[in-house]
Amino acid sequence: MFKFYKSNNNLTNDSKTEQISKERAEFLRHVHRQTIMIKFTQIFILIMVFGLWEILAKLKIIDPFITSQPSRIINTIINLYKEGVLFRHIFITCIETIIGFTLGTILGTLVAIILWWSEFISKVSEPYLVVLNSLPKIALGPVFIVWIGAGPAAIIAMTLAISLIVTILEVLNGFMAIDKDKAKLVRAFGGTKLQVMAKVILPASLPTIINALKVNVGLSWVGVIVGEFLVSKAGLGYLIVYGGQVFKLDLVMTSVLILSVAAALMYQGVVYLEKLLVKRYEV
Amino acid sequence: MITLKYILELHNIGMKYQSLNGEIPALENINLSVSEGEFVSIVGPSGCGKSTLLSIISGLLTPTSGSVYVEGERIKGPSKKIGYMLQKDHLFEWRTIMQNVLLGLEIQKRVTPEAKEYAVHLLKTYGLYDFRDKYPSQLSGGMRQRAALIRTLVTNPQILLLDEAFSALDYQTRLAVNDDIYTIIKKENKTAIMVTHDIAESISMADRVIVLTRRPGTIKSCHIIKMNLDKRTPLSSREVPEFQTYFRRIWKELDIHV
Repeated sequence: MFKFYKSNNNLTNDSKTEQISKERAEFLRHVHRQTIMIKFTQIFILIMVFGLWEILAKLKIIDPFITSQPSRIINTIINLYKEGVLFRHIFITCIETIIGFTLGTILGTLVAIILWWSEFISKVSEPYLVVLNSLPKIALGPVFIVWIGAGPAAIIAMTLAISLIVTILEVLNGFMAIDKDKAKLVRAFGGTKLQVMAKVILPASLPTIINALKVNVGLSWVGVIVGEFLVSKAGLGYLIVYGGQVFKLDLVMTSVLILSVAAALMYQGVVYLEKLLVKRYEV
Repeated sequence: MITLKYILELHNIGMKYQSLNGEIPALENINLSVSEGEFVSIVGPSGCGKSTLLSIISGLLTPTSGSVYVEGERIKGPSKKIGYMLQKDHLFEWRTIMQNVLLGLEIQKRVTPEAKEYAVHLLKTYGLYDFRDKYPSQLSGGMRQRAALIRTLVTNPQILLLDEAFSALDYQTRLAVNDDIYTIIKKENKTAIMVTHDIAESISMADRVIVLTRRPGTIKSCHIIKMNLDKRTPLSSREVPEFQTYFRRIWKELDIHV
């Protein structure tokens, strides 16, 4: 913004240049300064935390065996990379998460469509949905392991258990919130229920569905990590549990750090997708 | 018994709504005949079943008693001969104006090159062609209403039903859109039935104003509107002396007490 303002001021041919008033220039400068201060403080905090952590560990004020320390984390990452397993662990966890939230969103939307279609099924299933929604889904973990077997399938089942019911309820609410007159318009043209679904309900619900996807990204990480805690031979959750068991806090901290970066990147990816798909809906 | 003279005929229409709390009689004994090209408007106190009546004519709602005939043919469901315009324009934000205009044809699986050409013709005639690739949010309220009307006209209905079609607009826009839509309806030679709570709007646009009673709605009176004008438009109608006379008469009929 600042650059724009500056270059504008430097332009000599004022036929195109809009004269910026003193007040506006002052305002723009203020906004710009504010933005820089916020970014600066954010980075400063990050450096401070890691710096302090490193120094305190170096000075043996805190025990790096229990707290780990940034330099040891970097070494751990390098070692994992040299062993050739770093990307395998990250990849496995990410893939499980992506499958989890994609499947959760698609299945949840499908079930919501069925419930929207049939008032009878919707009413019958209501108490079951309420119970399933309030159940702590992690309790189902052992059940999945016994039924599906100790492997990625059980982990994905875990993520589905966590995200599915929320998705169904949210998407169904989205369907119900759509102006009834929009459906009436389609029916007045002689449209069938299927056409109401395809022409109005689904396209109008795209923002809701993307929003459910966003929520599901977070929930799927929970599901995948819990699932990997319970059963797994690889993945970031596995590294965390393994590191905890053999008291390698370096490994635990490293995995947690990678996890937070991966989760943030994935979330940003979905936000980007949202911008791409939903821009038409902002009136 | 059924003569082909009228494009639309209502025979003894009655409607009762059922709910757990009881039965609500919405309409009773409505008889109405509309000639081709006529503009009929229906006014009445709120909750008198005006909109219910339109839903019945459109075929979306089956009356408890009586029947609706369009060109002598009994209406049993939504018909291609009838176009319905709702309170808001309900243009879909995710479709361009052209895609919105083609919605009805798409639903009726009639998107042919000729139909598309007709859509383009209508868009050109009514000044929206340059906006065909724009999205509804980029259009003004009046243009949106015009696009909604074109969406209805493209399916080529004989009868247009307007259900408080202008109530979502602010007053000034509303007056302009009244003129706009009226001109288009007359030019395309369509029969129109408009429901409104605005007495002035109904007089300014209609050839005949029908007053309904309080619930259950029955026809209280019928007023033929004749303006001493060469070329009548809703705006010019508001300026002739007869306007006030009609207004007073219908206002009395409505018998509104606060």
